[in-house]
Amino acid sequence: MTASPMIDVDRLRVSFGDKEVVKGVSFRVPAGECFGLVGESGSGKSTVLRALSGLNGAWSGRIAVAGAEVGPKRHRAFFRKVQMVFQDPYGSLHPRQTIDRILSEPLLVHGLGDVERRVAATLAEVALPAAVRFRFPHQLSGGQRQRVAIARALIAEPEVLLLDEPTSALDVSVQAEILNLLADLRRQRRLTYVLVSHNLAVVAHLCARIGVMLGGEMVEELSAEDLRAGRAQHPHTRELRTLSVGLEEV
Amino acid sequence: MSVAFTRDWLLAETPASRAQAAWGRRYRAWLGLRANPLAMIGLAVVVAFVLLALAASLLATHDPGAQDLANRLARPSAAHWLGTDELGRDIYSRILHGGRVTLGMVIAVVVLVAPLGLAVGCVAGYFGGLVDRVLMRVTDVFLAFPRLILALAFVAALKPGVESAILAIALTAWPPYARLARAETMTVRNSDFIAACRLTGAAPARIVLRHVAPLCVPSLVVRITLDMSSIIITAASLGFLGMGAQPPSPEWGAMIATAKRFIFEQWWVPTGPGIAIMLASLAFNFLGDGLRDVLDPKQR
Repeated sequence: MTASPMIDVDRLRVSFGDKEVVKGVSFRVPAGECFGLVGESGSGKSTVLRALSGLNGAWSGRIAVAGAEVGPKRHRAFFRKVQMVFQDPYGSLHPRQTIDRILSEPLLVHGLGDVERRVAATLAEVALPAAVRFRFPHQLSGGQRQRVAIARALIAEPEVLLLDEPTSALDVSVQAEILNLLADLRRQRRLTYVLVSHNLAVVAHLCARIGVMLGGEMVEELSAEDLRAGRAQHPHTRELRTLSVGLEEV
Repeated sequence: MSVAFTRDWLLAETPASRAQAAWGRRYRAWLGLRANPLAMIGLAVVVAFVLLALAASLLATHDPGAQDLANRLARPSAAHWLGTDELGRDIYSRILHGGRVTLGMVIAVVVLVAPLGLAVGCVAGYFGGLVDRVLMRVTDVFLAFPRLILALAFVAALKPGVESAILAIALTAWPPYARLARAETMTVRNSDFIAACRLTGAAPARIVLRHVAPLCVPSLVVRITLDMSSIIITAASLGFLGMGAQPPSPEWGAMIATAKRFIFEQWWVPTGPGIAIMLASLAFNFLGDGLRDVLDPKQR
């Protein structure tokens, strides 16, 4: 591990009103690695991601990205480094904007030139045909929409991608395509991922290290090999593993 | 751009440029509207009224202010198609010219009210918290006043006239639009696509203007066309009460007001402007209903 990891989260706590939903979570992700957060719904994994992305400002603890500590309010430069892909591709694209407009928006905000070329190149990178460019989101399939969402996250050339259940709203055959696309993109662009999912198979496919969350705490951090080999320590991890193996056999 | 606006070009499934995509969407909305006969009748009547008002000086048979006391309260005839009023003025010509005053008032009110309501509603809905509370209490204050009475008080405080009537109606008409825009904004403010906009690092002003406000516009347009009729009626009521357009200006409401003394003996004097008000209100209502079917984003 190098001197400073790309993402360093230390004793992160998030509360909604009186209820504390994340109770002191710590993890580090070295540059170019993928870290997976698994847990059942309500375990606080998505909340960790939203605090990390800057969407939720009501947290305490310490978050550092690329060695620089960040506060609840983020500077515009932060959003060039860190981008997010949402769970539901039907809700994450503006319903009245063309794909072209959705993709050029980050470029306009950050004052990046060469909009025409960048939009075309990014569409090609996520394997969408150029014909899609001036369509509206409702004219695309779920998988195509999620590719657009990924393209939007990538277009300003971030270093970190936060993935909030990027495949759970898609059907199984499309899930594999999106996962492979994400794996390829990470290799080509040397991206750092934080992937949230309730699906152990998805996380183990993409991530080298995995944190298991339960009731707002990270109960275990282990490598994907250990998980596959069944070397989990915590009973909740074993339970999740049994469940997902059981599902695959069905 | 040298591209022809052909049907195929407009309905292309894969538009090749931003302009084509935008025009294609508009054309589909138009096709939807065209399929609704009542909306088309409404649109035709509205367009006809606007054209008649614009061409009033060409189409009028008489000068709307010219008095002919020897020929007052005359029945409809070949010389005076809709008869004459208590000063012998030709009612048909006065209705045409009155359309300019009445429709002009309506358009002026809408131009004042729509952007104000949209801005207040979007800002309150998007930012929430203290901003929302302050703006919405102000809105509530205006909403609490009976519309016609506030307008009356306002006109009475200023001088009676068209400009004061426009201001007075605008002052009482904006709160419902602010509420509507706020409600629309609150349904999208927590959506993922607005979260994604925030994650681009865009300033709040940019998000409200470019991403939130456009989503509120369709329902606001629908609501405004539906309210056009009530604006016409408020304008006419103010005229009727002597607080709107002043004589000899031929405003529809004022024309009915001065004719109320002869309503039983010389029924044709108030009937002409009355029918004009009714047709215009009805046409705007039909159009609004049709637009709601086409534009309402919730039905997509």
